[in-house]
Amino acid sequence: MNFGFTEEQSLLRDQVERFIKEACPMPKVREIAASESRFDSALWQQIADLGWLGLTIPEAHGGLGLKWIDLTVVLEAAAEGLCPLPIASQALASAAVLTCGNDKQKSDWLPAMASGSAICTIGLYDEANWIDPKAITAEAHASEDGYVLKGTKPFVNDAAAADYLLLAVNGPDGLALAAVAKDNVKITHQPTMDTTKPMASVNLDGVTISADFLLPMSEEQLAFLTDCGAVATTAEMVGAGAAILEMTSSYAKERIQFGKPIGQYQGVKHRLADMYVDLESYRSLSYYAAWSVDDDVAGLAKAVSLAKGYASDAFAQIGIDGVGLHGAIGFTAEYDAQLYLKRSKWARPMYGDSDYHMDRIATLGGL
Amino acid sequence: MDFDYTASEQSFREEVRSFISDNLPPKKERDKNFLANWLEKVRAKGWVGFAWPKEFGGSEGGLIEQTILREEMALAKAPPLGTSMMGLAWVGPGIMQYGTEEQKRKFIPDILDSKVTWCTGYSEPNHGSDLAAIQCKAELKGDHYLVNGQKIWTTGAPWSQWIILLTRTKFDVESKHDGITCFLVPMDAPGVEVRPIQNMAGDKHFAEIFFTDVQVPVENRLGAEGEGWNVTVSALANERSSIGEVTQMFEKLENLKELVKTTSKQGQPASNDPKVRRTIARFEMKVAAMKFNGLRYLTKQIKGEPLTSETSVNKLHRASLEIEIDDFAVQLMGQAGLQLRGGESAVDGGTWSKSALNWPNVVIGGGTPNIQRNIIAERLLGQPKD
Ligand SMILES: Cc1cc2nc3c(=O)[nH]c(=O)nc-3n(C[C@H](O)[C@H](O)[C@H](O)COP(=O)(O)OP(=O)(O)OC[C@H]3O[C@@H](n4cnc5c(N)ncnc54)[C@H](O)[C@@H]3O)c2cc1C
Repeated sequence: MNFGFTEEQSLLRDQVERFIKEACPMPKVREIAASESRFDSALWQQIADLGWLGLTIPEAHGGLGLKWIDLTVVLEAAAEGLCPLPIASQALASAAVLTCGNDKQKSDWLPAMASGSAICTIGLYDEANWIDPKAITAEAHASEDGYVLKGTKPFVNDAAAADYLLLAVNGPDGLALAAVAKDNVKITHQPTMDTTKPMASVNLDGVTISADFLLPMSEEQLAFLTDCGAVATTAEMVGAGAAILEMTSSYAKERIQFGKPIGQYQGVKHRLADMYVDLESYRSLSYYAAWSVDDDVAGLAKAVSLAKGYASDAFAQIGIDGVGLHGAIGFTAEYDAQLYLKRSKWARPMYGDSDYHMDRIATLGGL
Repeated sequence: MDFDYTASEQSFREEVRSFISDNLPPKKERDKNFLANWLEKVRAKGWVGFAWPKEFGGSEGGLIEQTILREEMALAKAPPLGTSMMGLAWVGPGIMQYGTEEQKRKFIPDILDSKVTWCTGYSEPNHGSDLAAIQCKAELKGDHYLVNGQKIWTTGAPWSQWIILLTRTKFDVESKHDGITCFLVPMDAPGVEVRPIQNMAGDKHFAEIFFTDVQVPVENRLGAEGEGWNVTVSALANERSSIGEVTQMFEKLENLKELVKTTSKQGQPASNDPKVRRTIARFEMKVAAMKFNGLRYLTKQIKGEPLTSETSVNKLHRASLEIEIDDFAVQLMGQAGLQLRGGESAVDGGTWSKSALNWPNVVIGGGTPNIQRNIIAERLLGQPKD
């Protein structure tokens, strides 16, 4: 039993934090988010060279062969600066290939994912706020030399930046992931609150794929990938939550009203304390969930629901309080607090909102 | 990061489990000697003061094993390992940290053997949250101090043999934290008068204590003169850590789940009601947060760093859970939930209704939630003091 990070993990965290500060500070984040592609290939290449995209990919396939807990170190630290690069999507796509792919698919695809030369994402559910195999409505039908796809994936993260998309469909033999190249599908960017997390719809009507681009996926595998998605999201919620707490706490020490720093008023300092209690609590739960991905699959569902169930509402409140405690300046577009509030809105329903996770906790807890 | 237990930790868990199954009969089958026998047996196992130094009768066990021991005891709903809760949780550790060799030899074994019960004399009528402003006076008179003043809300005072007492030895000080001195005082010393106070749950667990010309020998001073605030700060961290200790919440959560399965709401099992299920899930998330926060703090302790202000985090969780869980249970049971022990419709022997009146123990005791929030904001986030 050891609930601490290793020396290597601490160094990795330092590396990510330094990189974000130097190469992807807030003005850069805003610039990327406002650009046509909402992506930056030069930065992507740099983080690929640092090895961050292959952390959880086995060494045999060109990755570093580390664990999800190492990945969450990167996701958390990158989210402190709301880094808009699709690191989480890339990791989830690798998890999807590792979970559902055969040996050939793994050796063909994973090295390009680890090196960053193939930008990838996944899209699982087609109904908003519904985590269930039934919420997958896109279809794959057998055709002469493979499959023809049908339907729309309305909520695919980072789709516009991706070269390849792994999209859940109902195939002739059950659930599957269809691997499609961006040029073969119709990707339409969707405006959302959080510009640092681009979302798009992907229309699949009439798209054909060859037989070895359909990866069979069991319901258990779907559930596992959903849980991985929740772990990745929660890790980012830890980083982003810590950053807005730090921003708000610093402001409270400097902003003078009635002749005193506002942090001296309990209406302010007690909200900060509550933010701290919630952040530290879902941080603990989030680390445990990340550990469970590799080391306790049987306990993963419960661990994930405890973490994401707690974080979903807590981070939403942290976002609101972070903006609110700043006063009017927090409401301005120029000030960064609002970007974190928007991230909390994005993260809340992603891979299950608090109601979904609390219902699962109740069931798994014997009720 | 690794949440697995080593083979030897696993086998320790097995040892605790088999001890429990051999020595803990179901509640109904326990006779009147049960508790005394139990205390003797766990003491013989070396499980009281499990992580304390061997030279004072502890076992020098590891902190992880200690956590395992607590977890298993809590899961089995076992009685405590000793009768001096305060002695084990903070007075003993305080004596080991600040006491003289003689004090350690004199007081520690009796705590471990459940021979002596301790109480804690910090609060005064005019100084509760603002503890450092205490006025109870101790004057050095040759080989002893003369103590005059009043304490209040002293839990266990009516039945304790000793008190850890916070006094002021210097009044002309720059900071109120200076000039505070801590003593170990027998409750039967001449000039000590205890007047029990009844609380809203009907119990007389705490009391006010009057000290009139009480002579306390110099050798009963804990720590140096004027060093009392440091003694208290570390004792308070231990107190908050014991209030925030998650294992005691496991039993409550399990009992609550049983309750909702057996209670009906509008004619349906309450456990089918989505709001009930989510409420319990929310409690479970907080209990889990306490558990994993606790494990993070444990890792810190294993590295040799003492616990300080972070203990306020779980203290706050415990405080809100303590109120919300009982309140939820009582409300769920409707009129039956109001009934105390003896009521024809009382549920679980009235434990929920009784407990619903007892939350101040852990909410106000050990410092109120507002004070915990001040500690977090000021000491962990660096906000200016009020
Ligand atoms: C069941 C129980 C057992 C106890 N056992 C012991 C014991 O064994 N030994 C012992 O010494 N003491 C004990 N206490 C006393 C306990 O530590 C004090 O009650 C507590 O610290 C609060 O002090 P007070 O009651 O004087 O309230 P006050 O300090 O007068 O506080 C009254 C209210 O004002 C608020 N308040 C005070 N100061 C501030 C501030 N700066 N900012 C915001 N709000 C503030 C408080 O939060 C509270 O709501 C016990 C109390 C209880 C209820």
